[in-house]
Amino acid sequence: MTTPTPTMAVRVLRAPRTRRPALLWTISLCVLVAITAAALLAPLVAPYDPDHVDFSAIYASPSPAHWLGADGLGRDTLSRLIYGARTALLGPLIVVIASTVVGILLGLLAAWRSGWIDAILGRVFDVLFAFPSLLIAIMAVALFGKGLVAPVIAMSIAYAPFVARLTRSLVIAERNRPYVAAYRVQGFGGGWIALRRVLPNVSPIVGAQSTLNFGYVLAELAGLSFLGLGVQAPTADWGAMINEAQAGIVGGHLLPAIVPAVAVVIVVVAVNIVGEELSERIGGGRA
Amino acid sequence: MLGKLGSLLLTLFLASLLVFFSRFLVPGDPIDFLLRGRKPNPEAIAELTKQYGLDLPPWQQYLNWVVGILHGDFGRSLQYRQDVSTVIGERLPVTFGLVVMAGLIITVVGLAAGIVAALNKGRLLDRAILILLTVLAAIPSFVGSIVLIGVFAVQLGWFPSFGSGSGFVDTIYHLILPSIALAIVFIVLIGKVTRTSMVDQLGREHVEVATSRGLPRATVIRRHVLRNAIGPILTVSGVLVAGLLVASTIVESAFGLAGIGSLLVQSVDRLDFPVVQAIVLLVVAAFVVVNAVVDVLEPVIDPRSAAGAGAR
Repeated sequence: MTTPTPTMAVRVLRAPRTRRPALLWTISLCVLVAITAAALLAPLVAPYDPDHVDFSAIYASPSPAHWLGADGLGRDTLSRLIYGARTALLGPLIVVIASTVVGILLGLLAAWRSGWIDAILGRVFDVLFAFPSLLIAIMAVALFGKGLVAPVIAMSIAYAPFVARLTRSLVIAERNRPYVAAYRVQGFGGGWIALRRVLPNVSPIVGAQSTLNFGYVLAELAGLSFLGLGVQAPTADWGAMINEAQAGIVGGHLLPAIVPAVAVVIVVVAVNIVGEELSERIGGGRA
Repeated sequence: MLGKLGSLLLTLFLASLLVFFSRFLVPGDPIDFLLRGRKPNPEAIAELTKQYGLDLPPWQQYLNWVVGILHGDFGRSLQYRQDVSTVIGERLPVTFGLVVMAGLIITVVGLAAGIVAALNKGRLLDRAILILLTVLAAIPSFVGSIVLIGVFAVQLGWFPSFGSGSGFVDTIYHLILPSIALAIVFIVLIGKVTRTSMVDQLGREHVEVATSRGLPRATVIRRHVLRNAIGPILTVSGVLVAGLLVASTIVESAFGLAGIGSLLVQSVDRLDFPVVQAIVLLVVAAFVVVNAVVDVLEPVIDPRSAAGAGAR
């Protein structure tokens, strides 16, 4: 087992030697880049204003004018999909970054200082594990009101213990390595070693694992908007779009609901393939 | 050293603190918070003050709340003007049926997928199952719900799209699509854990010994592989049940089922905090109880785990 060294970047970029076809990972990466670009450039890419109501296009089928059809208010589904990618991607991005930063720091603290800090943090994590993340998000909405802010903060808290637990186990393994002892002998302080030498060694592994959380968070936040507790209609958001399109399903108008649903599935699959490949290459089965 | 059961009880206690005192995170007068969106008539204020003991110190409020719950009293619902326990009790059977049916599907399909994949490790069938699981993992319950409704309820008309029906058989019929939608993501969890656990056991020495002694393969797998592999599968069942209860919020809302999941959403929507508190606590309690049952069952299924108790 090799120590993650500065050659990390090289190893990540190197062609995969694993059983997974490289094609799948390339496609997934391209899909994610394309969707991110579309979200960022939404006003340029989207053919219509996402909120433009056109009564002549109600439940329009796919056509050159409306590539993915239109919804019950005649709004262009493709344009709403492109604008909806913004909230759909931004929420999970914030949750993954926040939970990773907080989790790594707490995990490092627990492993490095051990003793009562470790015990208390472990207890806190155990309690949080008893709350499924979607439940914490729903409770946050009950306390602080609908929207994306409270759920995003709540989910960051809910996911941090998973990151912290992984970090803790990695740091404990790292603590006993010769290089740490070598720094100690040379008189470097424990905090310096932890933050400047151990942290850079474990954080890529943890980060790769965290990308796998992105898909789950995206699905959960979209689910929250589907329940009407997250992003509020008429804002274009994938979960909210499905919520609004629900009424049309019984009338046989499946498309406005299916399109954002398929988008969620595609992004989650792509993120999971990329995330698994990243953990495989960086972690080398250690995580 | 705290036993596993003691540790679980402590978790439940700390979780109850979190659920109760979360209300104090909201700035402002608690009366305003509880009355959001309702007419603040003096009568309601007096009732709420009495119910929550808002004039008492916080720890006393908590104590009253917990003692009430231990007596089956979860307070009163603001939207229904009924006891929370009555409101929840009326809706519990639907959620219970849904979770049990989804649990059956998950157990049967998940175990089968994991076992078949493990026995064919590295072969085409294993790869196909793994790819299928990766795709299923990306189908959240709201996507599963709308696709199942769209295809099997609306287009084909084989199943109802709304409500929970009446009578035993009709209820099961109404719950088939919802339980499938609920099960999809969790099949992946059980399938993957089963496969990993089985592959681990298949590579062990005792399995080789059993095989080399000429025991039939089916016997080896049943008695030496599956039985040893069951531990890790049981371990995730607490997470599974809590996850199912929470995911049922989405499925029940999609299928118009009157269970506690849709009640939770509706209570958040109608600012009925006492009901929200009660349901959240119930989900956590379910997690704790299932974990406790697993903890008791584990030594029965796998006597070695009694010797190594404490190590998770």
